Amino acid sequence: MAALEEEFTLSGVPLSAGPDGLLGVEPSDRTDQFLVTHSGRTVILYKVSDQKPLGSWSVKQGQIITCPAVCNFQTGEYIVVHDDRVLRIWNNEDVNLDKVFKATLSAEVCRIHSVQGTEPLVLFKKGAIRGLEALLAEPQQKIETVISDEEIIKWTKIFMVFKHPVLIFITEKHGNYFAYVQMFNSRILSKYTLLPGQEEKSAIQSFAASANRKFISLMSLSSDGCIYETLIPTHPSDREKNQVVVRSLLLKAVVSGDVRNGVALSVLDQDHIAVLGTPLSASKECLSIWNIKFQTLQASKDLLQGTSGQLWYYGENLFMLHGKFLTVIPYKCEVSSLAGALGKLKHSYEPGSHAVPHFVNWETSQEYGLGSQNSEQSRILRTRKVEVSLQPAVSASAQLLLTIKNDTEKHIEVELRKFLAIKQTPEFHTTIGDIVTGLLGRCKAEPSFYPRNCLMQLIQTHVLSYSLCPGLMEVALEKTDVQILQLCLQQFPDIPESVTCACLKIFLSIDDDSLQETDISTESVFDYSDTVRDEKMEEQTEIMENGFNPEEDNSNKEKPQGTTEETTLSPVTPKRAALLRNAVLHSAYSEAFLLPHLKNIPAQHVTLFLQYLYFLYLKCSENATMTLPGIQPPTLNQHFLSCIGRRQGEADNRRSPSNIPLKNKRMKINEIMDWICLLLDANFTVVVMIPEAKRLLINLYKFVKAQISVYSELNKIEVSFRELQKLNQEKNNTELYSIEVLELF
Amino acid sequence: MGEFRVHRVRFFNYVPSGIRCVAYNNQSNRLAVSRTDGTVEIYNLSANYFQEKFFPGHESRTTEALCWAKGQRLFSAGLNGEIIEYDLQALNIKYSMDAFGGPIWSMTASPSGSQLLIGCEDGSVKLFQITSDKIQFERNFDRQKSRILSLSWHPSGTHIAAGSIDYISVFDVKSGSATHKMIVDRRYMGVSKRKCIIWGVTFLSDGTVISVDSAGKVQFWDSATGTLVKSHLIANADVQSIAVSDQEDSFVVGTAEGTVFHFQLVSVTSNSNEKQWVRTKPFQHHTHDVRAVAHSPTALISGGTDTHLVIRPLMEKVEVKNYDAALRKITFPHRRLISCSKKRHLLLFQFAHHLELWRLGSTVATGKNGDILPLSKNADHLLQLKTKGPENIICSSISPCGSWIACSTASRFFLYRLSYERDSISLQRVPKMPAFLRSALQILFSEDSTKLFVASNQGSLHIIQLSEGCFKHLHTFQPQSETVEAMCLLAVSPDGNWLAASGTSAGVRIYGLKELKPHCTVPAYNFPVTALGIAPNTNNLVIAHSDQQVFEYSIPDKQYTEWSRAIQKQGFHHLWLQRDTPITHISFHPKRPMHILLHDAYMFCIIDKSLPLPNDKTLLYNPLSLTNESDVIRRRTAHAFKISKKYKPLLFMELLDERTLVAVERPLDDIIAQLPPPIKKKKFGT
Repeated sequence: MAALEEEFTLSGVPLSAGPDGLLGVEPSDRTDQFLVTHSGRTVILYKVSDQKPLGSWSVKQGQIITCPAVCNFQTGEYIVVHDDRVLRIWNNEDVNLDKVFKATLSAEVCRIHSVQGTEPLVLFKKGAIRGLEALLAEPQQKIETVISDEEIIKWTKIFMVFKHPVLIFITEKHGNYFAYVQMFNSRILSKYTLLPGQEEKSAIQSFAASANRKFISLMSLSSDGCIYETLIPTHPSDREKNQVVVRSLLLKAVVSGDVRNGVALSVLDQDHIAVLGTPLSASKECLSIWNIKFQTLQASKDLLQGTSGQLWYYGENLFMLHGKFLTVIPYKCEVSSLAGALGKLKHSYEPGSHAVPHFVNWETSQEYGLGSQNSEQSRILRTRKVEVSLQPAVSASAQLLLTIKNDTEKHIEVELRKFLAIKQTPEFHTTIGDIVTGLLGRCKAEPSFYPRNCLMQLIQTHVLSYSLCPGLMEVALEKTDVQILQLCLQQFPDIPESVTCACLKIFLSIDDDSLQETDISTESVFDYSDTVRDEKMEEQTEIMENGFNPEEDNSNKEKPQGTTEETTLSPVTPKRAALLRNAVLHSAYSEAFLLPHLKNIPAQHVTLFLQYLYFLYLKCSENATMTLPGIQPPTLNQHFLSCIGRRQGEADNRRSPSNIPLKNKRMKINEIMDWICLLLDANFTVVVMIPEAKRLLINLYKFVKAQISVYSELNKIEVSFRELQKLNQEKNNTELYSIEVLELF
Repeated sequence: MGEFRVHRVRFFNYVPSGIRCVAYNNQSNRLAVSRTDGTVEIYNLSANYFQEKFFPGHESRTTEALCWAKGQRLFSAGLNGEIIEYDLQALNIKYSMDAFGGPIWSMTASPSGSQLLIGCEDGSVKLFQITSDKIQFERNFDRQKSRILSLSWHPSGTHIAAGSIDYISVFDVKSGSATHKMIVDRRYMGVSKRKCIIWGVTFLSDGTVISVDSAGKVQFWDSATGTLVKSHLIANADVQSIAVSDQEDSFVVGTAEGTVFHFQLVSVTSNSNEKQWVRTKPFQHHTHDVRAVAHSPTALISGGTDTHLVIRPLMEKVEVKNYDAALRKITFPHRRLISCSKKRHLLLFQFAHHLELWRLGSTVATGKNGDILPLSKNADHLLQLKTKGPENIICSSISPCGSWIACSTASRFFLYRLSYERDSISLQRVPKMPAFLRSALQILFSEDSTKLFVASNQGSLHIIQLSEGCFKHLHTFQPQSETVEAMCLLAVSPDGNWLAASGTSAGVRIYGLKELKPHCTVPAYNFPVTALGIAPNTNNLVIAHSDQQVFEYSIPDKQYTEWSRAIQKQGFHHLWLQRDTPITHISFHPKRPMHILLHDAYMFCIIDKSLPLPNDKTLLYNPLSLTNESDVIRRRTAHAFKISKKYKPLLFMELLDERTLVAVERPLDDIIAQLPPPIKKKKFGT
């Protein structure tokens, strides 16, 4: 249910707001802080929860602020326009507006719009729109005229649609209204004529709008007290023509027609709107919340001292001028349910436990993060006056997508290289995802088309993941492109087990000749067999320090037979080893999901893989310090966190780390052991029947036996350790009696 | 609030006895717990798990079985071969009866509650009829080869299952003959063990018998055919106990490894009628053997050698997610085992069979908050008093002046006179106790040590005048009504004019000691009283209840005080109400009548009645960081409850004088160190 909470005023001092009220209330880059621009000369920054101003800035006598101050979310600076053309940019530390950055523009500014995730946009009175960065680079640039002479901009608003800003402004000319929608991803300005609906015969008094992925829903409050809705598509079908949209009645007779102070309208969420005005039945002004879905009045609040007919809504707060004070009314809308309405819902409220706050919106928080990163970037941009901004990148990607659809492989590659050379933007990974999807789409359509180099380049951008382009590995599997598969396995953190297994099958079955032809990075495999000696020396000293000498241990025990030959000789070629070890063994998996797929591998391949795993095991046990059970690999958590968001339904907490950079990758002995166990679990009945595997199984058995004896020794030692621990505890706890000083307060 | 010098005592070497049996009574929502020393405790699960009654142990009376029958009657049986019925009103043993079958290993009441079945060492199963005031032997069932360790009645009352060594017998109740004998596999993980002991059986209404045994198995048998249906190997050690819910949709077993497993009857697939038993949840709340488990409608209850009673609510059965849904672990008795002589700085510790007297040390140093002061004199162990006979001590007390010690067992009352000559101490037993002073539930000395108050289990209160080594019986307050309810808690006003006494259920009675007449009765409250105290000067009686409410009642005015009304009106802080141990002691600051000191096992609190009460928005427990804040902030955040959680588990806390406190702690580690070693589990799995 939507509810209005207790109102509070923002400052004890009456505002010197003129008859027109305030110029605007705008959010700043910190939550809870808002910029309030008076129609005179002052801008005040308020902290709402504290109900007090944090800063106040005024322009000189004789100057007048003509456009509400906004915050540049990318830099944290504030921007205001006075005397129509003079732009001022300052930040919290600045005291005097006269001394801050100043830019005089060549045309009159109507409004500056700033939202999270994009740079501020300046709307000129003649309808032209400029990005702030571009404008500052050349303040005196010529500003074109977009709207006709007699049109006046009545109302403007900005949205983020698909992470791109969309600006809408309404103009009026002789009682006719026109809507202009400016897309910034496509640089398209569309014009719509707003036609009144059949029932409507009155003048529009106030506008509000909300946007979703397809439409901008423009609501207008007319002088007959009804609210009308107009749907404007965000993706215009026909760019050239002047289009006509019709208003339709949304809500009937919300406020009375004859208004003294004006009415205001604000969209709260997809179902709720706030209306400020005088209701039909009463003479006092009131703020009411309407549910437009059910056409019901949800809450209302009388504002006895009158308002200026202005209403702003940010976050959870409604701002308005009530009497002479800027008043904040917190607004809350909880999800209503039928159970709640029927009184069946259990109220799990307990004293002390606070009501659950709103869910964290990952999307916005991500944007916050990106925004702050970006702010650094664009600050530097400003000082150096480098004219690289978002728009070129955006259009470049669109360009590239177009190229992909039609051009030759070679050309695409060149274009892609150009595109990748441009600096990365916050939307980079989605753009890359789009490009890959485009490429794959064409692959599917044209079987002969396989832009291998492009795909390699794209994978190497390190921003792709399996879920971003699920088709990529399928295509690579189809073409048995081991190189791409290896790259994918190394780069993607979220490959399903079935795909991992399919890769494994291909890696095991592909013949050596065709492997020789491919270009596979084998760096760490050589690394493994060659540098083993050096590392061994290092490791040994380390082990000696711990008081444990593996040589000694070995001399007591009989060495498993055949160890010598197998340690020196890998059962697979280096290239295949590289595929297996660097790609498959390091990919993340969860046992339950992997096991059924492992059963489908042919027997001789299982044997080969087992042999190789055994070889790795020997290598590993030779030179790596053993990780004891119970101590988790330190990288697990980090990976787990990244996994958990994607695959919540799966029990994947057994996944082993995989998104560590390749160079730091080093097989852990228990990872190899896990793979051996899994493989044996899946194929034991088959492996037992193969004569070639007999030797291997015997060796494995011996190893397990050795392992068991190690553990039993550990168990023996444990007892003495516990005794030591007990002794230690006793030492700490001998204090049976003491006199202490305690202060109670 | 001020600084205190705290004598932090950790030499009270108290070890609770291990839990042997638990029996849950669905009707009254009470839980009976028997311990290895023969003590039987009654917990009221509706009253915040308060231990409201207890029956002292006896060396020769090891209980092996405990059950409720005929509604609210409680029986136990043990290795001395006797069946005992407890009197839950007078808190003594109603009668004991030899079953003539050697040591009794098991006992169960029939589903109707009118019959009692016991399993004996000699292999006999005996049926007793429960009459209105006794039990009567009815007949023997077919004698078996070896001892009957477990028994269970079919819910219809027609058959019983008896677990023995290596086999389970099913008897027909009518004929008394065994209809089936189900042999249990001795092998344990392929190795043949010597014997397989059936520690527990449960007969379900569909004819399934569930058995748990020493080979670590939980097995399901079909009693109609005598065949094994299903077997779960759940432990490497014995599975020692089993309890099934009334609905027969879930049961719980406890193992010697300290693990409790929950089994539930769940559908094989969703929306199918076919159901099977599935092991759902393991709980590891114990370190040692889980000797006994019980299944209440909403919780799994377990207890064992590690002395904890664990109540683990089943989350799916809990309707309101409040504090009752939290796990409870009860380790310490909800009564005082320690008394203290303020004048001589003496502490008297009560153990099962002896008393210890200690003198606290002293220091001349001073310090600031948190300092440990150097001792100029360490604490002395002055005296160890052993009681003769097999009975456990019920209660004990030392007089405030330190020259009298009194204690009582179930049949004898002891009074000692102590005299101090410089460093030496001499003890003299006061002979010829009068016959009426046989057993006391609570003993209290007046503040000036001239009077002794004894609450006997017949509901009467005796007042005895003490003077220079002799005593004189002054008066006895007889119970007012016919219902004989034992008084468990006593409090006397510091001026010696008033005596307050409380039983387990009825309200607190107040007696005038000058005119030796009953003064009034405090209005009854739904929850049992856990502690009483009368404030100096004002003679306000402070009463703590098991639901954590605290009332203040003015004895002279015969009404609740303004402060009490105020706090009832506002309500206690939710954190205060959520504490899970009862307040066991209330005392007062001799110079500051506005202060009340009370403590439970995990905190102590000084309530300053002059300060504003905390509401749910204020912090109940002042954070430590406040010490660094200025006085202004401290004063602004100050509220009436000054709480310290520094000492825990706290068994006793008392103000010795204005600036000195004594706190007796019993760290759990010290208790665990004195328990037998648990079954060793390998840390490095092979």
